[in-house]
Amino acid sequence: MSYIIKGETADWELVIGLEVHAQVISNSKLFSGSATSFGAGPNSHVSLVDAAMPGMLPVINAHCIEQAVKTGLGLNAAINRHSVFERKNYFYADLPQGYQISQFLHPIVGEGLLEIQLKDGTTREIGIERLHMEQDAGKSIHDKDPRRTFIDLNRAGVCLMEIVSHPAMHSPEEAGAYVRKVRSIVRYLETCDGNMEEGSMRADVNVSVRKVGETGLRTRTETKNVNSVRFMMQAIEFEAQRHVEMWESGGEVKQETRLFDPDTGETRPMRSKEEAHDYRYFPDPDLLPIELTQAYIDDIKATMPELPDQKKKRFMDELGLSAYDADVLVAERETANYFEVVAKGRDAKVAANWVISNLFGALNAAEKDISTSPVSAENLGKLLGLMADDTISGRIAKDVFEIMFETGDDPEKIVEDKGLKQITDTGAIEAAVDHAIADNPEQAEEVRQGNGKAIGWFVGQVMQKTQGKANPQAVNKMLRDKLGG
Amino acid sequence: MTNPNELTIAKARDALVAGDLKSTELTQSCLDAMSGARNLNAFITETPELALERAGQSDARRAKGESRGALEGIPVAVKDLYCTEGVLTTAASHILDGFVPEYESTVTENLRNAGSVMTGKTNLDEFAMGSANVTSHYGPVKNPWKLDDGKDRVPGGSSGGSAAAVAANLSLAAIGTDTGGSIRQPASFCGIVGMKPTYGRCSRWGTVAFASSLDQAGPMTKTVRDAAIMLQGMAGHDKKDSTSAPMMVPDFEAAITGDIRGMKIGIPKEYRIDGSPAEIDTIWQKGADMFRDAGAEIVDITLPHTKYALPTYYIVAPAEASSNLARYDGVRYGLRVDGDSLDEMYENTRAEGFGDEVKRRVLIGAYVLSAGYYDAYYVKAQQVRSRIAEDFKKAFEQVDCILTPTAPSTAFAIGEKMDDPIAMYMNDVFTVPASMAGLPCISVPGGLGDDGLPLGLHLITKPFDEETLFRAGDVLETQADFTAKPTDVGGGE
Repeated sequence: MSYIIKGETADWELVIGLEVHAQVISNSKLFSGSATSFGAGPNSHVSLVDAAMPGMLPVINAHCIEQAVKTGLGLNAAINRHSVFERKNYFYADLPQGYQISQFLHPIVGEGLLEIQLKDGTTREIGIERLHMEQDAGKSIHDKDPRRTFIDLNRAGVCLMEIVSHPAMHSPEEAGAYVRKVRSIVRYLETCDGNMEEGSMRADVNVSVRKVGETGLRTRTETKNVNSVRFMMQAIEFEAQRHVEMWESGGEVKQETRLFDPDTGETRPMRSKEEAHDYRYFPDPDLLPIELTQAYIDDIKATMPELPDQKKKRFMDELGLSAYDADVLVAERETANYFEVVAKGRDAKVAANWVISNLFGALNAAEKDISTSPVSAENLGKLLGLMADDTISGRIAKDVFEIMFETGDDPEKIVEDKGLKQITDTGAIEAAVDHAIADNPEQAEEVRQGNGKAIGWFVGQVMQKTQGKANPQAVNKMLRDKLGG
Repeated sequence: MTNPNELTIAKARDALVAGDLKSTELTQSCLDAMSGARNLNAFITETPELALERAGQSDARRAKGESRGALEGIPVAVKDLYCTEGVLTTAASHILDGFVPEYESTVTENLRNAGSVMTGKTNLDEFAMGSANVTSHYGPVKNPWKLDDGKDRVPGGSSGGSAAAVAANLSLAAIGTDTGGSIRQPASFCGIVGMKPTYGRCSRWGTVAFASSLDQAGPMTKTVRDAAIMLQGMAGHDKKDSTSAPMMVPDFEAAITGDIRGMKIGIPKEYRIDGSPAEIDTIWQKGADMFRDAGAEIVDITLPHTKYALPTYYIVAPAEASSNLARYDGVRYGLRVDGDSLDEMYENTRAEGFGDEVKRRVLIGAYVLSAGYYDAYYVKAQQVRSRIAEDFKKAFEQVDCILTPTAPSTAFAIGEKMDDPIAMYMNDVFTVPASMAGLPCISVPGGLGDDGLPLGLHLITKPFDEETLFRAGDVLETQADFTAKPTDVGGGE
């Protein structure tokens, strides 16, 4: 599916590359023992190292290395057994050292590959160039005082992974699917919580356009720190349109960094002095290169959970789900786990339907998510069990589900308490059927004349009489026997 | 009887153990000498109260039979580059005005735990950048060695205050830091022993950084034995410094046996420099003769990349320094000179806070790391650095120890070479190559130059072979029998 901007003079295609910054899940920072938890009071998680006091030295947090390697493996990427931390030098008030410790020439993770699923049912593989580790900076707060800026160093030194894609995406949809996929993988791996609102995942978006048929790349712009998939897609659309208009009016796109304004849906250039940097990278002499053994990498590999792609394949191959259903169910690890509990020993397709349609529908309406669902996976499974063994009908099941959603109760208890068990006693059903026929001789006659539709009306009558508890198939059969329809 | 402050650590230790001396007396004696020799400007901060308190605690421990060893109760002066808890720490820079750390550097903490007593923070070149102790914001240090020409001599640098303090008996020992020669060259100028251990032997944690891949703590003492005792108290692996070596620390003093028979001493021909004064060759030859007399074998060796060491050093060290000094920005501690914007505040603070030599090196460092120059300078320098290390590695397949002069001259007068940075940088020509290779080395007084001022001899050994260094250094010291004393040891104006 191609995304083309029809200009005045030509058709234009997009070239998009993404740098996703993902905060590593770790109790302490990349090079110090300070806590990383979100929402603490300003400057309460700041060690001497984080504040760059004289003589302080960074010490690598081994857990962060493990997390980066795990993520690299999850992105089907090459793990570099030799990698180097370098200093990226620039002055800013929330960068206490005057340099950011990052990786440059020798990142910990090399080339990788990510498969994305598009709405039209096709898939695409997006190449990943690298993943490197770096320190986050602190936060400058400019709006508390007319003259002064306040600095909060809680984030300073927190470990980020920067995941850099090749310029291999060509539509906002692809970029969105890519970020969602990265997010899904890091959440499965528990290497990043993927929380874009809190800023633990954000993207720098590189966009350029070119005429269809051109092979080279035109000048790109980089929109920094976009913190939602929707905003990212908007930023891409806006930038692409702006580039096309710029080129077509005979202008030049300027290589620059820009910011996205969610209020207007537009991007604007960052102040130019913030970009005119020569970062003077060089290997950090305070740190030794990271040397990983193959055994270390293999050990991490052995602890990897099943990832969304593998899970999706299993759901399709072994459980017979459609690609679409499987994709929806595996996007979040919690959803997939929930589904697997519901489906255990039951009809997987029915389970998938219930989770995707009924449960998601109810959760959305109630503004809840799977982790706060009032209906536990075990209870939803039991409900499906009650249907499967004909204890209740599908119609009754929907009512029971509503009660479950409100009360969180066990469906077996609800069915018992409310007397919702399906009537399987043929005598009772027969009585109800006879009653219905006797009360409605004209409609009975229509059935006998061969009006198949009328039989449905009779089923409805009987079901109403039995408060829905009669087995609709049994009712149907009995009516046909008696009326010969 | 000699005054206690004139003792060596080894002699003071014996007296303290014998109960003939208390740390408080010894410390008081040093404090008196220190306050009587302020004309030397060897100290930036004197800490007499803290010293006496710690001396008292030391005496109490000893009385209870809880002595912590050889350094128990020994007064030590600390270069003001080490962060010391609750005590002003300046790096001799205006930019650290009023900076009182809440933490203690690992090396000074180790020395404290070994029972030693800090008497004060010694003067140095600003951020340890200099070879004459003339770049200090707190003024130059005077060498206690004087001639009758009336001129004050530099003590060398950057650990000039520490060297002067030991030479003038203001302290039994001092600690310095050595990046390209900052312990050894002042030791040579002041007629004392200065030792730089293997890179990684002492933790750099809590020491204000100049050039991280070169900086190393080391002792400055009256004798080689004292240097061994001091290093014992300073060294050791530190988890807080990733570049500190995870190795056991051997018993350095036990390595001093007085016997070096059969030891092979290398004489590198590349250290003979055109235009170098004859007295340098003379002392060097004298050193070789002394070793031969003591039963060592003298071997001519080659270190072919020696001439590239100094220019390479002046790429690597400033590059690291330019980045290490970026944190002095006026935001969190030290000097802040306000401006109308963040950038202006940076400019004002750093313009006023840093002296000329620091600015020069920050500029050189930023230049060699900048886009378009990085490969030609920094990358090339790192390649040369590996070659230099390779030279030494090959040489040590032939010899146990290398002998060179420490410095290309005796102490010069304050004010000389000030307008010629290259001439100033040449001071480190003999000390820098071993620094680039991270090797342990020591300067031992070898004799007097033609002008009657001291000249050191410089020994280098394999990585982490400080034991051979101390053994050879001690023999050299015995042979040289350097007994000359400086004239200005206090009481002057």
